[in-house]
Amino acid sequence: MTEVTLTGLTGRYPGATAPALERLTLEVRSGGITALLGPSGCGKTTALKLIAGLMRPASGGIAFDGRSVLADPPETRGAVMVFQNPLLFPFQSVAENVGFGLRMRKRPAAEIAARVAEMLDRVHLPDLGRRRPAELSGGQQQRVALARALILGPKVLLLDEPLSGLDADLRAGMRDLIRDIQAEMRITTLVVTHDQQEAVVLADRVALILGGRLRQHDRPEMFYSRPADREVASFFGGRNFLPGHAAAGRFDCALGPLVLPGGLADGEGLLTIRPEAVRLGPGTVNALAAEVTERHFLGTQTRLRLRVGAATLEAALPPDQVEGIGPGQRLTVHLPPASLWLMAGPG
Amino acid sequence: MQRPRQPLLVLAGALLALWLVLPLLPLLIWSFARGWRFPDLLPRQWSLHAWETVLSPRSGLLESLWLSLVVAVLATALSVAVGVPAGRALGLYRFRGKGAVELIILAPVIVPGIAVALGLHAVFLHLGLTNALAGVVLVHLIPTLPYMILVMAGIFANFDPAFEAQARSLGASPWQTFRHVTLPAIFPGVVVGALFAFLVSWGQYILTLMIGGGRIVTLPLLLFNFAAAGRNDLAGAIAVVYVLPGIVILLLTARQLSGSSAALGGLGRP
Repeated sequence: MTEVTLTGLTGRYPGATAPALERLTLEVRSGGITALLGPSGCGKTTALKLIAGLMRPASGGIAFDGRSVLADPPETRGAVMVFQNPLLFPFQSVAENVGFGLRMRKRPAAEIAARVAEMLDRVHLPDLGRRRPAELSGGQQQRVALARALILGPKVLLLDEPLSGLDADLRAGMRDLIRDIQAEMRITTLVVTHDQQEAVVLADRVALILGGRLRQHDRPEMFYSRPADREVASFFGGRNFLPGHAAAGRFDCALGPLVLPGGLADGEGLLTIRPEAVRLGPGTVNALAAEVTERHFLGTQTRLRLRVGAATLEAALPPDQVEGIGPGQRLTVHLPPASLWLMAGPG
Repeated sequence: MQRPRQPLLVLAGALLALWLVLPLLPLLIWSFARGWRFPDLLPRQWSLHAWETVLSPRSGLLESLWLSLVVAVLATALSVAVGVPAGRALGLYRFRGKGAVELIILAPVIVPGIAVALGLHAVFLHLGLTNALAGVVLVHLIPTLPYMILVMAGIFANFDPAFEAQARSLGASPWQTFRHVTLPAIFPGVVVGALFAFLVSWGQYILTLMIGGGRIVTLPLLLFNFAAAGRNDLAGAIAVVYVLPGIVILLLTARQLSGSSAALGGLGRP
């Protein structure tokens, strides 16, 4: 188990004017899966290359368990990177690919063969060792690439968009595989992704980078219930933002006065509630008279756009609850206080 | 992959083979002839005399053969040593002045060799490289390098360096990465490039003559000596020996040279 500490890490490609990654400071929790989440082009992959030692940082530090690894070349650093593209060596069989790292370490052939068989078994591809990579499907190649990295028992595993190349039905399998193996081997894992869904399902900690800055580093569910600011909330699908003033457990905004949960600070603030937290019916508090303006069926949920006085509110409800409800209809909804969250300043 | 053998394809192949082989036939006949005069379709008398002479130590054939081989192998080895990194730079990286560099590398192919050699002769005189094997090998690089570099640039343009990064991350040292990942991927290209370099060096006449000052008598120089002396029988025999390596190399590497260029640049970009 290894803790990875990045301090002010900056990466720049030769000839580029702006750095690809600027001053990232992050503690990657030992033995867990951390997702580095951010839009395309925010320098996430650069961060992985820097940690793997495949690129030299322009400035900043990288430490494993408190020891700087900047002087270590990639082959001795103990951080193995799995690229988005599986990059299996085409002139080697699947088994040779998986055993590559051990061969480079000059391990005895018998040991390599045993470990390769074990690893192929672990990624559910026990019979494919003699195949050529080109004969495998994309999902199988991805699993071979994972086995090829895990066989080395790295201190740190770096995964670049491990699920994005896969079809929807393969993603769940790959996700479970990564989670299971990681839980078993307790390798500190850093996953880079632009897909918040991928981050949430894979990681037990998410670090969100927006606008070149680390905005929030938290458990996945906190990005939904306790977002740091409006942009973070929007990135995770938040739609309802209401500026107003909080005082004595109440919040005054365009929806009217609302009862807040305890523990929130008084003053100017931006109130948010997840669309899926809006409930039908009067409830006990925070009941609102609303008029439906739009209705969209989204598969597992139906989105209603509501007009409440001069304000609008978006609600996501189970489809069976909204049967027969359409534009023009008046209804009552309520906002459970525990689902309300107040962010600093009207942003 | 078995392609249907169309009659037209067979005919074209046969014509091509004839076109390549036919000019060599008279050489072979000459080498076994005792006199071969104009109206005769074939010599009236056959003889092994030319071969006996040529293969005897006196003719200098074996020395020239050996010398040609040494020069060509050294020139090829140097071409590979310079051409692989140079081709990598041209194929993989973008840098300022790349177009100019490409033009300079191509220049020896465009500019007549004799013009280059005249200028170089003066330089080599200064450096004491004339009349010496080293000078001849070096001057052969002028025509061999462009081929080597262009072939390798093509290979590397189709090479994804992420494979090397992946190998490093999996614990391979820089040398191991080259040995186990880069080399297998570019090997077919190295073979083709080296083949070109070898044959180009093997065929050099003017450059060898000028820089070698007539002291480094490679096979083409020897051949020309006998041809100029009007000894068609001896020249024929030497010429047969002279074309042999090209044919052997061609046969040995036909698989790499032929259309199955999927083998070229094994680590294609995705």
